[in-house]
Amino acid sequence: MEDKNNDILEEVTGSEYKYGFYTDVEMEQAPKGLTEDTIRFISAKKNEPEFMLNIRLKAFRHWQTLKEPRWAHVQYPPIDYQDIIYYSAPLKKPKLESLNEVDPELLETFEKLGIPLEEQKMLAGVAVDAVMDSVSVATTFRSTLAEKGVIFCSFSEAVQEYPELIKKYMGTVVPYTDNFFAALNTAVFSDGSFVFIPKGVKCPLELSTYFRINAANTGQFERTLIVAEEGSYVSYMEGCTAPIRDENQLHAAIVEIIAHKDAEVKYSTVQNWWPGDKEGKGGVYNFVTKRGICEGENSKISWTQVETGSAITWKYPSLILRGDNSTGEFYSVAVTNNHQQADTGTKMIHLGKNTRSTIISKGISAGFSNNSYRGLVKTTRKAENARNFSQCDSLLLGDKCGAHTFPYIEVGNRSSIVEHEATTSKISEDQLFYCLQRGIDMESAIGLIVNGYAKEVLSKLPMEFAVEAQKLLSISLEGSVG
Amino acid sequence: MLSIKDLSVSINGKTILDGFNLEVKAGEVHAIMGPNGTGKSTLASVIAGRDMFDVDRGEITYRGQNLLEMAPEIRAREGIFLGFQYPVEIPGVSMASFMRTAINEKRKHLGLEPMSGAEFLKLMEEKKKLVEIHSKLTNRSVNEGFSGGEKKKNEIFQMALLEPRLAILDETDSGLDIDALKVVANGVNKLRSPENATIIITHYQRLLDFIIPDYVHVLFDGRIVKSGDKSLALELESKGYEWVKKEANMAAAH
Repeated sequence: MEDKNNDILEEVTGSEYKYGFYTDVEMEQAPKGLTEDTIRFISAKKNEPEFMLNIRLKAFRHWQTLKEPRWAHVQYPPIDYQDIIYYSAPLKKPKLESLNEVDPELLETFEKLGIPLEEQKMLAGVAVDAVMDSVSVATTFRSTLAEKGVIFCSFSEAVQEYPELIKKYMGTVVPYTDNFFAALNTAVFSDGSFVFIPKGVKCPLELSTYFRINAANTGQFERTLIVAEEGSYVSYMEGCTAPIRDENQLHAAIVEIIAHKDAEVKYSTVQNWWPGDKEGKGGVYNFVTKRGICEGENSKISWTQVETGSAITWKYPSLILRGDNSTGEFYSVAVTNNHQQADTGTKMIHLGKNTRSTIISKGISAGFSNNSYRGLVKTTRKAENARNFSQCDSLLLGDKCGAHTFPYIEVGNRSSIVEHEATTSKISEDQLFYCLQRGIDMESAIGLIVNGYAKEVLSKLPMEFAVEAQKLLSISLEGSVG
Repeated sequence: MLSIKDLSVSINGKTILDGFNLEVKAGEVHAIMGPNGTGKSTLASVIAGRDMFDVDRGEITYRGQNLLEMAPEIRAREGIFLGFQYPVEIPGVSMASFMRTAINEKRKHLGLEPMSGAEFLKLMEEKKKLVEIHSKLTNRSVNEGFSGGEKKKNEIFQMALLEPRLAILDETDSGLDIDALKVVANGVNKLRSPENATIIITHYQRLLDFIIPDYVHVLFDGRIVKSGDKSLALELESKGYEWVKKEANMAAAH
């Protein structure tokens, strides 16, 4: 009976990746491999000022002294960093006046992904800066944002147009010396987004960017920088899907967020990169450094993530709570299926007085996958009355997958209160049968139960994203039953 | 509507139902009574299609079809409803979205368009009144934090929404106080019609004061040993199950 149940779960969870298609757009690539010449090539291609080239070169030289970290609870063959193409961009076209001038094939790709880049999205009040293989191809709603003084543009553009802001903030939260992949990213980053919300401004739109890995053998090195000045507010969304490819694709992004006094930043992401096939062949390696700093008093940053993709995920969106009374939040749903491996979690570093943090992590493991939560909560000597609440739940589907929790707690003063709760559960046969008896088939039942389990996190996502995320959770665990 | 012939069922090699027979026609209410551990809940589970049991012998025909070959969700969509003895909690899934999914799965199966949100809400309000359920319950997650009585009322509410042809109520009366019992019984009575049938599985006669059955069967040692009308339930109440056991044992001895 146990076996039978597992067979069913296996079938249900043995789903193929639904977004596996590949767009044939003309490409311009750097030669394979990584040398100073590659970096100069990238910098020249992007017509970068001297200071940026220097940052890249410094990072590259530092990277050469580092070894790839191996402490995460994941396993993969060695990566040959000389066998990767570090720059690839759709061929430059003259500046576009409207979306109609964008390559129709590219638009079709976005359509297939369900990215409503066009009218619907505009009506919905969302400005989209769509990044395809490193270069921005379309930007909308610029003017609405400009009126408020909000800057939302590609990172490359920001380097050209707002070099002072880039110089001031880039690398202040995640310096290139931080870790191996941060150094690599800083050396070769291709593009990304830059957001700047001036003092006192509540950003009138939800900002969203869609990233997409497309070219074969191309590492993707995005870089996002979000700066919220005093008393400002912004909600930023990012979503990813990638086409099926045979080779492993390396992705090492950096996200930096700075919140000044009384500012609030909400960062939401839905990540659905190709996880590899059922046998664990291929798939994206996602080694990401995301960190925010609550610089000023009463500032607040929250991370919300729904992770369903990638062969290997290595990602810890973290927060440094420096300002007194600042607040950090981390809400996460991580799904692993087939042979996926995820080692993900957060760090909450409490430096200021009365700082508060909340961690809600929901892991869902199916197939032969391994899902690890790794989190650090640290309160320093000066962080009086710091508070943290952590809740880590794991849900197992079948008996061949694994869920692991690695909580680290370091308390540096007597007035801090740190709470950690953890549960591990399985979808019970009773729950499944209850659904079946109401006429709901196995697939939908698992979808319902999993979405219910993840509800606490999904409800933190912006409305339209939440719907997408719900579908994604079901799709990720969907199979060929019936 | 339902015809069970010579049904034998086991779990892990242990026989539970042994040569069980039952005929249920549209419009009828059957009560199945018996001491604990005689296979009452197993019968309910087998009809609903739970796969933890092995059917060793016999057949079940439902509306002319071989029921044992139908998947549990298909049985449900074809109109079989099981009111669970222990309804499970499904955290985070609202009653409304759960039932809307269930109704639309059924409609799809019958070749009907899915019900819109507005239609569904209207239907839900209507049925809430019918089974006297508090409006709050439907906003909560499925059975989560419900009291024993609320869970049972919720089963009747789901039955009202799904309008089954054949409802099997497994010990729906257990653990209910007299007021909750009346609510449950009222719900069942209101849903009674010449087109549908109900099987009430119960340990006590009490529920049958409120839902008058057409037939009462006594289950013992995996088969029906005595059948009658409502008076049999009363007789059982006064004489106890020992009486039936004795009779059954005597019959077996011959």
